[in-house]
Amino acid sequence: MTALEVRDLRFSYPDGTEVLRGVDLEIGAGERVALLGPNGAGKTTFVLHLIGILQAGSGTVAVDGIELTDESVRDVRARVGFVFQDPDDQLFMPTVRQDVAFGPANFGLRGEELEARVGEALTMVGMGHAADKAPHHLSGGERRRVAIATVLAMRPSILILDEPSSNLDPAGRRELAEILAGLDVTLLMVTHDLPYAFEICERSVVMAGGVIAADGPTPDVLSDAAAMTRHRLELPAGFHPHHL
Amino acid sequence: MAPEAKVAALFVFVLGVVATPREAVWAFGIHAFLLLAVVTFAELPVGFVLRRMTIELPFIAFALFLPFLGGGPETEVLGVGLSMEGLWGAWNIFAKATLGVGASVTLVATTEIPELLHGFDRLRVPRLFTAIAGFMVRYIDVIAGEIQRTRTAMTARGHDPRWLWQVGPLATAAGALFVRSYERGERVHQAMVARGYDGRMPVIDERRATALEWGSALAIPLTAWMTVLLVLVTP
Repeated sequence: MTALEVRDLRFSYPDGTEVLRGVDLEIGAGERVALLGPNGAGKTTFVLHLIGILQAGSGTVAVDGIELTDESVRDVRARVGFVFQDPDDQLFMPTVRQDVAFGPANFGLRGEELEARVGEALTMVGMGHAADKAPHHLSGGERRRVAIATVLAMRPSILILDEPSSNLDPAGRRELAEILAGLDVTLLMVTHDLPYAFEICERSVVMAGGVIAADGPTPDVLSDAAAMTRHRLELPAGFHPHHL
Repeated sequence: MAPEAKVAALFVFVLGVVATPREAVWAFGIHAFLLLAVVTFAELPVGFVLRRMTIELPFIAFALFLPFLGGGPETEVLGVGLSMEGLWGAWNIFAKATLGVGASVTLVATTEIPELLHGFDRLRVPRLFTAIAGFMVRYIDVIAGEIQRTRTAMTARGHDPRWLWQVGPLATAAGALFVRSYERGERVHQAMVARGYDGRMPVIDERRATALEWGSALAIPLTAWMTVLLVLVTP
């Protein structure tokens, strides 16, 4: 089954700058896909289209077979869990519990059902103990995990993470990788962190110049030295995907 | 105890205090006793409450002028003529402000801010107001952190403002901070929309105060009001 299907997506800023020049992407249910690319390649612009925050000039987006339109946008948002890059943007309620409840409550959950959903999501990221804390009293890694719980509480079909490993210390980065690897959900992860993509995602797509420039198993994509150089992607010194 | 009962009790108590005629000194004594009883029951250290109450000092300082400035009949204290009217006015401000501030400090000291906002929600304060107050509480640390980092960055590059004409860079920094906060607001809004926000904050906590909670919370202010009524009917 297809979780996400994007056909010929094009987008320009009002000043005429073309950012997306016909993006085609299909992600099957249960797949874990890394979206790689240099700064300014249009990665964030692309994922903002998947929840209807930016509206394409042309092309289509479909989630679980439902095409994204003005009428279906709420339904699509209920199916797409989007985790923003800065947890301080994602966590806006006074307590962790209220923040995790915000999504499901918007879609009509109340009372015990809502409480159970909040507990379930916090347990999935190992933050059950922090329900009554204020977000600004949590560490960076904890905030990131709670941010993920806020969208898991909506039981999304596909989870989209924008730079999940940014600003995390190595331990926080590893803990998050363990949590992400343990989730039973379709994943699209925007990242510059190539070893992280290698660790978590079996498939990688490279976005460059507003189109999908490469698509394949992560080790293959990362070992294509010529394409990597062309797209300003670099592995850390000493890291060889096929030697691990 | 449910926050809405506490907020309502504070409101009714303060109204009772304000409605007490200033000449009924003994009634203020009863109000103060009721307040002290609550403070003791909440196991708040009296020193802590008193320290927080220093917020009212500017108002008290203003009240201290009244006996010197007021007109009408005068009385003599330590050789200084003081206006009777002014003395009563000062007493009125002092007693009512102290009781009101003391009660508010007690509420805030025993209620977490998210709980307090929830209390206002339950009392039908428009959710837009409580949401804005909630965002303020949530982001004040974030914005303070940004201010701190900006100041560090300016100091690191030798900015050491001493005179008024060096205020320029500060104004620029304030402008940049405003733009950054505005952008953050936009991103937060996107994050809310992504989770199905449609312009109304959802009802998350449906817990209501029980009759017992309402009863015990309102017992104190109702006693205060009975005192007020007693004052008013006594000739």
